[in-house]
Amino acid sequence: MNLAAAVNENLAHYSNVLIYTAMAVYTLAFLAHIAEWVFGSRSAVGRTAAAITPETAAANRASVTVRTAEKGGGTAVLERPKVITRSAPGSRDVPDGPGAAGGTEQGDVYGRIAVGLTVLAFLTHAGGVLTRALSVERAPWGNMYEFSTTFGMVAVATYLVLLALKKNVRWIGLPLVTTVLLDLGLAVSVLYTDSDQLVPALHSYWLWIHVSCAIISGASLYMGAVSTLLYLFRDRYEAQLENPEGKQYRQAVKSVLARVPSAASLDKFAYRINATVFPLWTFTIIAGAIWAEAAWGRYWGWDPKEVWSFITWVAYACYLHARATAGWKGRKAAYLALIAFACYLFNYYGVNIFITGKHSYAGV
Amino acid sequence: MSTTDTDSAAEKAAGQAAAKTAEEAADSGAGGAEERELGAAGSQLSTAPAEEINVPSLGPLGWVRWFWRQLTSMRVALLLLFLLSLGSIPGSLIPQTSIDQLKVQDFKDKHPTVTPIYEKLQLFHVYSSVWFSAIYILLFISLIGCIVPRTWQFVGQLRGRPPAAPRRLTRLPAYTTWRSDAEPEKVLEAAQRIMKRRRFRSQLTGNAVAAEKGYLREVGNLLFHTALIVLLVSFAAGQLWKTEGSSLITEGGGFSNSLTQYDDIKTGQLFQSDDLAPFSFQLDKFHATYERSGPQMRTPRTFRADVTYWDGVDGAARKKSIKVNEPLEIQNYKVFLLNHGYSPVVTVRDGQGDVVHKGPVVGLPIDGANLTESMVIKLGDYRDKNGKRDQVAYQGQFLPTWVRSKGMFSQFPALDNPALVLTAYHGSLGIDGGTPQSVYQLDKSRMKQYLEPDGKTKFARALAPGDTMKLPNGEGSLTFDGVKSWASFQISHKPGDQTALLGAVGALVGLVGSLFIQRRRVWVRAAKGDDGATVVEMAGLGRSEYAKLPEELAELAVRLQTDAPPADPEKPGDTAEPVDPADPAEGARA
Ligand code: HEM
Repeated sequence: MNLAAAVNENLAHYSNVLIYTAMAVYTLAFLAHIAEWVFGSRSAVGRTAAAITPETAAANRASVTVRTAEKGGGTAVLERPKVITRSAPGSRDVPDGPGAAGGTEQGDVYGRIAVGLTVLAFLTHAGGVLTRALSVERAPWGNMYEFSTTFGMVAVATYLVLLALKKNVRWIGLPLVTTVLLDLGLAVSVLYTDSDQLVPALHSYWLWIHVSCAIISGASLYMGAVSTLLYLFRDRYEAQLENPEGKQYRQAVKSVLARVPSAASLDKFAYRINATVFPLWTFTIIAGAIWAEAAWGRYWGWDPKEVWSFITWVAYACYLHARATAGWKGRKAAYLALIAFACYLFNYYGVNIFITGKHSYAGV
Repeated sequence: MSTTDTDSAAEKAAGQAAAKTAEEAADSGAGGAEERELGAAGSQLSTAPAEEINVPSLGPLGWVRWFWRQLTSMRVALLLLFLLSLGSIPGSLIPQTSIDQLKVQDFKDKHPTVTPIYEKLQLFHVYSSVWFSAIYILLFISLIGCIVPRTWQFVGQLRGRPPAAPRRLTRLPAYTTWRSDAEPEKVLEAAQRIMKRRRFRSQLTGNAVAAEKGYLREVGNLLFHTALIVLLVSFAAGQLWKTEGSSLITEGGGFSNSLTQYDDIKTGQLFQSDDLAPFSFQLDKFHATYERSGPQMRTPRTFRADVTYWDGVDGAARKKSIKVNEPLEIQNYKVFLLNHGYSPVVTVRDGQGDVVHKGPVVGLPIDGANLTESMVIKLGDYRDKNGKRDQVAYQGQFLPTWVRSKGMFSQFPALDNPALVLTAYHGSLGIDGGTPQSVYQLDKSRMKQYLEPDGKTKFARALAPGDTMKLPNGEGSLTFDGVKSWASFQISHKPGDQTALLGAVGALVGLVGSLFIQRRRVWVRAAKGDDGATVVEMAGLGRSEYAKLPEELAELAVRLQTDAPPADPEKPGDTAEPVDPADPAEGARA
């Protein structure tokens, strides 16, 4: 004992403090995002966007000038060609919304503050996860508390990386910060477990491989699911724009939906995330099977956790197939994607809490 | 169903004109107006099968063909996949005999009304039930029925050339055009050269170059689906030829791989006993450590079994430590560490002073975490102090950590203060009738417990290692020599494992290829316009998910412009800003 143990206890304590601090900063980021959306709702741009009709949208179908390196070796400067793009027939040509700030300066300032706070909260959050790992001298994924805190951290990291790559993801800031707050809140209140060692079955480098892949998959799939959900609303909103006589969303909802990316963009974003993560999730399951072989002597035993990973996998495969199948694109495929993510969530919370299997030993 | 950008319209049209266009649809990969307009250009951008909605009006053969086409269509594959995931759910919610028989029994006792229904539906063994098997066998057939023709078709596509340019390139999802003074032949020549350098397959037909790239996508997709079959087959093989048994071994004891040495063994339907490979091992020492404090006190921290093993009938002896995550691998068998406990070592002497038992005794664990074991030592061949035959049994408990004040249960799983607490009986063990008895249980109906010299108190002693207990009146003694550990091992052999892993890796590689490689086509047309200048048109087509298509097209165009410079440098590409965006180059077309 005792020096080492004392150090570890201290670290565990710091970890808790950092996690609580991160939650406080996420809360500030949440408020800043709210301010961004509120100021954005007063924007003229927002109103114009809401008023876009299919006809104006068609005129808006911009030709895309493409950034390309100039070639021509200095003799003659070549102009870049303009490429006309045509969307797939049957899909609407609606431009992306202007974003939460709706083009207002104040909204934009709050949006930037929110992103800054999210970065700060993320750093604190990551510090919390790291000190927890140091305190137990292992990967911080031994129980649901640790799993949840890491999960939230990776989700935010994914978002920040996409932002840094200049992808159009700022719209996801508010839902993301909200869920991360919920996730952390649940972690510290319901799922909290004191820092401790692992049972021998968890001692393996497969813990690093299998669990880290599972967390990264889940955090990314979460982004895909949020995008899909929003797609469903935005799609309906766009359908209403085409058919102004029909049933309409309330004005407040419209104001929000007018500012998010177009249904086509959201759908494409969700697909790309899901398609990118599907091989990773496949690998997660394979790695799990290899680990199970080493730990329990069989690579597949229909343990509840295995079953639900399999169900999740098949559900995402359904989604990918649906998109390649006539009559299943669009909304139907989106419902499948949401079902698939629900399976992931159930595998994570439901199986650990309601069903006992070999995976449940880590304690809730 | 092909998956080009032009699909959706095609699908709608196909819906209306289903019966009429189905044949064409089958040929071109999709049906409908848009597709016809593009001609063959958009066809076969993948080898996905066509969706057919028409119902045959033919005889039985027609129906069989129809059924087969349905089964191998994407739509049905999708349905089967969905059913498969739905079907796996009950198995995770209802206890399964293959996982925990006790829980199943418990469930049956608690729910007498639904049990018969569940039994009928085979819900206690979902994954080997008829209906679950039916789903995956259908899926399996569907998969094969899909892969074989697709592979064929793909080979055909590899031998063929990219389809010729459609009449109106403006209809394609990415399009660009400019005028140039270069001769059309030169432009096309340059285009072909550029395409080749970028590893497009290209060909010149008429006044246009057609180029295509990304065939590996299809290879990946076929690899993935084939690997799924490999995975399924090896899974089945593993089930049919597997052996899986367990054996409990005390330190110093050994195991050699034959049926009699297993405490219990499960084998696949096609297994034969001479399939068992020859090897053996011996448990030299078992080590365990436990958490000493905190909320997880008592949970094991390390388990390690040091063994010596012999590979083959007369292989050399080798040493190895088996841990929870590190089985011993030997002749395609794996020896896993399952569990462990203690065997007190005792020497029993009868009334004559003769040793009637010497060695470890295995007990029955009676509490989970602290390894208290209940023990019975039966001595059938025993003589009392007068030399008369008798039968004696010692019964009691072994506690690895005995705390006197805390009663007859161990307080910790390690050997902190081991104690053997025993009482003794004599009389008839009831083993002479030949009815098999559990070694862990004592039938006391014809036994009498020894009493203390006072004649009232029941005789019992608590022994520490090294202690000896003497039965009253010199009837014999028991010496607690020490404690050995036992470990139980699972010894399993599943033939399909390597192939399954191969299948899994193949599936993963294929998947990555199939999802990340994009198949796309580019056409370049160059022809003299009315004013004598050359009109260059370029267009691209890919799957709707391929967002980089316009960028790629622009890049190719920039490349081509070194050989076909825009005619009017002041207003380059102004024809690219048409009045009607749907048909921008109407006036420019030759
Ligand atoms: C049962 C028979 C199956 C059939 C007939 C089938 C058929 C197909 C076809 C035709 C495609 C190509 C779609 C395209 O080129 O656009 C495809 C893609 C794919 N399949 Fe299957 N499949 C089957 C089973 C499975 C299973 C069991 C899985 C995995 C769980 C799976 C996963 C995938 C994936 C991930 C893709 C790629 C989707 C994409 O390109 O977006 N398939 N399948």
